[in-house]
Amino acid sequence: MADVAAPAEHETTTGLPSTKLAMWLFLSSECLLFGALISTYVLYRGRSEVGPYPDEIFDIPYTSVSSFVLLASSLTMVLALSSAQRGDPGRMRLWLLATAMLGLTFVGGQVYEFTLFHEEGLTLSTNLFGTTFFVLTGFHGVHVTVGVLMLLGLVSMSWVDRLPGDGSFPVEMVGLYWHFVDIVWIVIFTVIYLIPTPRPGGA
Amino acid sequence: MATIGATRRTEPGAVRRPMATTGFWSWFTTVDHKKIGIMYGVTAIAFFLIGGIEALLIRLQLAQPDGTVLNANQYDQIFTMHGITMIFLFVMPMAAAFFNYLIPLMIGARDVAFPRLNAFSYWAFVLGGLFLYSSFFLGGAPNGGWFGYAPNSTTDPQIGMSFYALGLLITGIASTAGAVNLGVTVINMRAPGMSLFRTPVFVWMGLVVQFLLVFALPIITVGLFQLLFDRRWGTNFFNVDAGGDPILWQHMFWLFGHPEVYVLILPAFGIISEILPVFSRKPLFGYQFVVFSGIAIGFIGFGVWAHHMFAAGLGPVANTAFGVSTAIIAVPTGVKIFNWMGTMYKGDIHFTVPMLHAIGAVMMFVVGGLSGVTHAIVPSDYQQTDTYYVVAHFHYVIFGGGVFAFFGGLYYWWPKIFARRLGEGVGKLQFWLMAIGFNLTFGPQHILGLDGMIRRTFTYPESLGLGFWNLVSTVGAFLIALSVLIFLVNAIRSFRQPKGLANEDPWDARTIEWMTASPPPAHNFDEIPQVHALDEFWHRKYVEDERTGRLVPAQAGAADHTDEGPGAGHAIHLPSPSFWPLVAAAGLPILGYGVLYSWWVLGAGALVLLVGVFGWAIEPSVAEEG
Repeated sequence: MADVAAPAEHETTTGLPSTKLAMWLFLSSECLLFGALISTYVLYRGRSEVGPYPDEIFDIPYTSVSSFVLLASSLTMVLALSSAQRGDPGRMRLWLLATAMLGLTFVGGQVYEFTLFHEEGLTLSTNLFGTTFFVLTGFHGVHVTVGVLMLLGLVSMSWVDRLPGDGSFPVEMVGLYWHFVDIVWIVIFTVIYLIPTPRPGGA
Repeated sequence: MATIGATRRTEPGAVRRPMATTGFWSWFTTVDHKKIGIMYGVTAIAFFLIGGIEALLIRLQLAQPDGTVLNANQYDQIFTMHGITMIFLFVMPMAAAFFNYLIPLMIGARDVAFPRLNAFSYWAFVLGGLFLYSSFFLGGAPNGGWFGYAPNSTTDPQIGMSFYALGLLITGIASTAGAVNLGVTVINMRAPGMSLFRTPVFVWMGLVVQFLLVFALPIITVGLFQLLFDRRWGTNFFNVDAGGDPILWQHMFWLFGHPEVYVLILPAFGIISEILPVFSRKPLFGYQFVVFSGIAIGFIGFGVWAHHMFAAGLGPVANTAFGVSTAIIAVPTGVKIFNWMGTMYKGDIHFTVPMLHAIGAVMMFVVGGLSGVTHAIVPSDYQQTDTYYVVAHFHYVIFGGGVFAFFGGLYYWWPKIFARRLGEGVGKLQFWLMAIGFNLTFGPQHILGLDGMIRRTFTYPESLGLGFWNLVSTVGAFLIALSVLIFLVNAIRSFRQPKGLANEDPWDARTIEWMTASPPPAHNFDEIPQVHALDEFWHRKYVEDERTGRLVPAQAGAADHTDEGPGAGHAIHLPSPSFWPLVAAAGLPILGYGVLYSWWVLGAGALVLLVGVFGWAIEPSVAEEG
């Protein structure tokens, strides 16, 4: 993340730090990115001409658990920010690590799920479901991975005392990104897993 | 140099920080928005020349029936690269050059909000452009048009369209980063007293463009990934055999592509709105109308994309709706035209070279705008679609409106940027040659289109009777080339002059970028001006005489600006040079080659990118003083 480490040093026109404005602008751009990906998925929902179909391979309890893990990471992220603001860098690092671990667990779960689906015969090119499913959830997985890298970066920079001020500002910025990625997953999980997909021909 | 007068010290980073702000290598590490602006401009003009040579090849091939200069495959590559180059590697970066150089000066800021991100945008753009052009040596350039319609683009056996997808993804990253940066700069970095409605129209148009980019680029990003995945990993996004729908690509592309049209033209509107008042010696007529119509264009611009797809079979309801919205967007555009005419009306018009270009831009844009309205009428569009009429239309808009305004802007701000003036006489010759050449090139293409000459065709038989106007068009194209050559001569000759202006305010300008030295010092303003009004500089120079109502010069000293003396400007903390943006940007084309050739290269690219970003993150933006 560009200038996350830069403190809000000079006065700004709006009074808000420029980095925060930039992060919101970037996230609004990300909304359109995921909007286009989700639209594609919805457009092609139930239009696969061959199997495997979603209802044959989804393990909804399994994905629900990994979704819960990801959502829980938002809580630890908030706790990390709160520790930073209270001037407790030790505990901040602990919560940041916990957030990163929860994120990694989610990504690991996704890798496992992808492998399983692949073994059951669903690949990128099998059908429209495979194409849109892997690309949409894959993009989200990459976003979580980037978030994990940022979290680990924060932890290591805090370790060598290279964060500006009490470190709460960069933690807040990474937090904005992290919560955004979590919220997007709620939408993706609902659209892909929870809303039943009709078979072609209305079965 | 971190701080003016700062001393060098060792950084806690892994490698020593580059500190030089002069010399050849300093250009690679600079984070100064003015230097980056100049680099954007020089690179964009270089790509303009390359794209221009491609245009000449196209015109040579089409000059006569059954042309043999290029074969069909070469022609496809050349016309595709012409479009990509002119849009993504010339007009967009040229606009970025003006925005980068001028926005901080016009709003009274010391730099953009994120100087290193700015450098990253520039390097990502250059490397993305070089990546695209490397395709010529690696199996063929993109050959499916700048619009890359599927399934032609997904099934083409040549590697070109993969380069297209990856190259545009890289330049898209550059543009997104630049858009966030400049948007935040306008919102958050204005001088005291500089409310948004006291910023010049150019700054407003800049802000609208950045928002268009922020919201439009992610859509094409997704489309390009889908295209790339279809080509590289056999996904089915646009594969009809598996139930995919190629029309989805058209929606993705034009949902980006139409806002993109305004990304190309609004910077020109901004430049025109700066030049006309200065040389009419009147304030811009209806400033707020111009601003609000610019914003309206930005919003409506997202609701007209399907007028590019009238012939795709979307059905009468969709076609009607998009026809109506397209007619509506002509209204705020027309408003601007009247504002510009109102500005000139009863003005004390000075026909300088920048003014000639600005007037030329307005006139050419009106022609393009009117032919655009004919496309909004669906039955009429059925006749015009995929013919040279459309080619004529968008060249009148983007070349006639955009490029003329850019040249006007170059003449106008050249003294500010280089402290030298471009020759007026040569400039007038260049303008008239370009105006005549341009109209000879693209005027006849209306006729060709209505006579049924289809677009993108590499040749045509003699029996169609299209030879004469095609020849005229080719002659015109070479006149344009001659005028560009004359501009280059003019530019080179200007550097033979000694540096320094006899008059620091050569045009009697209105806006605050002229209140500082030319070229501006690294910190832009010795003291950030306190802004009281729109056209602040003008109001400092002139007051209205209470009895006669005429403008008279303000009392001496009121317009004094560089009054701080040699000590001024010290202790201003400027961001220090950094090579991490270049390192991070270098990761992107390596990633691109990795996608095409090998997982190992992909990994290497990711590593370079990561190293760049981490080096960047742990390096303070301003080197600490020793």
